[in-house]
Amino acid sequence: MKIRELLALSLVVLLVLGLVAGCGQKVDAPAEEPASEGQEEPEEKKIKVGLVYDIGGRGDLSFNDSAYAGLKRAEQDFGLEVTDLEPSGGGEDREQLLRLLAEDGYDLIFGVGFMFTDHIAKVAEEFPDVKFGLIDGAVEDIDSSSNISCLMFKEHEGSFLVGAAAALKSESGKVGFIGGMKSPLIERFEYGYLAGAKYANPNVETFSDYVGTTGDAFKDPVKAKELALKQIKAGGDVLYHASGASGIGMIEAATANKKLSIGVDSDQSLTATDEQKPFILTSMMKRVDNSVYETIKAFVEGKFEGGYRVFGLDDDGVGYAVNEFNEELISDIQPKLDELKAKVIKGEIKVPADKNEYEEFLTTLK
Amino acid sequence: MFAAELLASSLRMAVPILLTAIGAVFTERSGIVNIGLEGMMIVGSFWASVGAYFYGPMMGLLFAMMAGAFLALIHSVTTVTFRVNQVVSGVALNILAYGSSRFLSLVIFGKATTSHHVSGFNPVDIPGLSNIPFLKPLFADISPVLIMALIMVPISKYIIEKTVFGLRLRSVGENPLAADTLGIDVFTMRYAGVIISGMLAGIAGAYLTMEHTGMYVEGMTQGKGYIAMAAMIFGNWTPTGTLGASLLFGFAEALSLRAGEGSIVPYQFIKMIPYVLTLAVLTGIVKKSTPPAASGVPYDRSTG
Repeated sequence: MKIRELLALSLVVLLVLGLVAGCGQKVDAPAEEPASEGQEEPEEKKIKVGLVYDIGGRGDLSFNDSAYAGLKRAEQDFGLEVTDLEPSGGGEDREQLLRLLAEDGYDLIFGVGFMFTDHIAKVAEEFPDVKFGLIDGAVEDIDSSSNISCLMFKEHEGSFLVGAAAALKSESGKVGFIGGMKSPLIERFEYGYLAGAKYANPNVETFSDYVGTTGDAFKDPVKAKELALKQIKAGGDVLYHASGASGIGMIEAATANKKLSIGVDSDQSLTATDEQKPFILTSMMKRVDNSVYETIKAFVEGKFEGGYRVFGLDDDGVGYAVNEFNEELISDIQPKLDELKAKVIKGEIKVPADKNEYEEFLTTLK
Repeated sequence: MFAAELLASSLRMAVPILLTAIGAVFTERSGIVNIGLEGMMIVGSFWASVGAYFYGPMMGLLFAMMAGAFLALIHSVTTVTFRVNQVVSGVALNILAYGSSRFLSLVIFGKATTSHHVSGFNPVDIPGLSNIPFLKPLFADISPVLIMALIMVPISKYIIEKTVFGLRLRSVGENPLAADTLGIDVFTMRYAGVIISGMLAGIAGAYLTMEHTGMYVEGMTQGKGYIAMAAMIFGNWTPTGTLGASLLFGFAEALSLRAGEGSIVPYQFIKMIPYVLTLAVLTGIVKKSTPPAASGVPYDRSTG
């Protein structure tokens, strides 16, 4: 009997440890160095910056990784103390993680993704001395005196350019889009892209599909791959996605069928496998890294401002990627893309960001 | 062509469900309910990425099987030896699978939610059939794991119905006391049933990682382990019935992906098809379902 009890007990311990390992997020407590206690050097206190990821987390090779890149760059340049946390699978603990960082004395905290909007609004109110950066979301009714800075992007403008690139490069005259969670934010990518394709070639045929209607749609590469295969079989030969980690499935499907794909948020050529690289036409760059870096820089210099900040084509907040892998592939259409870019910046082309604007846009093309 | 495409897609979506559901048949036939199949699929998908990344696809498959089997072993120890409530143990394992994969992913790949890219087995063509243009999508560029899953159906049927092992497995699931008095080791048989289910669920996870996506992404199983249990029930605890049920679920999934935006039915409804089907199947449409009599009932020698 004794041995059985012992076995049972050790099993329980094992399970509990598993739980702790899974749920316990590591927040590095500032290493207390006894030596520095004696010397009073308040200036030596490092600025603490925390960041909580969206669903998909670090390693999505896309949106979250871009935010991470900005954080790392700032860490090196300004000698910060940084922590990045991943919410649990469904993201239910977003608010707890924000609060955890705030309570732990972090000076500036980022929430990566529009799903943080309500949580940041709430936590920012509880911690008026802490500054918050919200990526992709807009907290209502704030001004420059607020402790929240909303960092937004004109995704539709960047998507417009890669849409034009897709249409110009398509041999079949059919291009596709795969979105993650069906939401107004992702529709900005979709309609910007479709508009760009139609602008470059009014006869182009377009496909749009969404992986799903919940946050899980950003981490379902299985479905994204099936959707991509469907579009490819229907004749699509250039595909673009805005679906976080799900997009890995789309790139996989396109590569296997020797079709072109367009990455999103980060330069996805750089993280692709050698097999995939020749088939990645470009990536719609959403410089989340720059926005994170700029915000930290402003904070370090004491110039943090609340309110809204929108990054677009004009300040390179969005754009399309050129690198050593796609140089050759994209060089013939680059002049055309840059011409379109100039037109969008000048306001000669008004890029639609939702369905109604898109339909209006189509009528102007005729 | 469209029909063949749709069927090929259904088949791809059905494979992970099928493998796991066959596993579910083994465990339930031995009398143990295994809610932890989802978790075994999760560890399978993760460990496949580890094995395949460092040692190639064969080891990926092996790692996934071992990981699934290990989790299944824990389930056997708790439910067979200690007679813990089988549902509780299964749920605990799902949480353990999720947490351990996330933790180990961070340790091994340096990121919590995805692995690095991994390569799977080379796809194969079925000789002869892959040359018929109409059937090409069904028989060309097929994953070997997909073929293996289909072959598992007759093999499992044979094992369960025709072999001594199968007879003993079924008998401990129907009436463990009677089996015990005839000298069959109830505990060993139940351990075997559960561990086989863990190995098959592990392979299902490996299929997702290596064959379908080429990368482990946290949460990529998307509840397929639970759907597999529904498929097993719909298939009336038999491998062949399970095949039909899995194909139906795969078909529903493929159909929901194909019914695009343009249709008159609202988008959200189309996405509901697989789930509505699961509910419909489990509530009314099943004519007679005959679960093993002792399924879910722990066996204790002193009380029978």
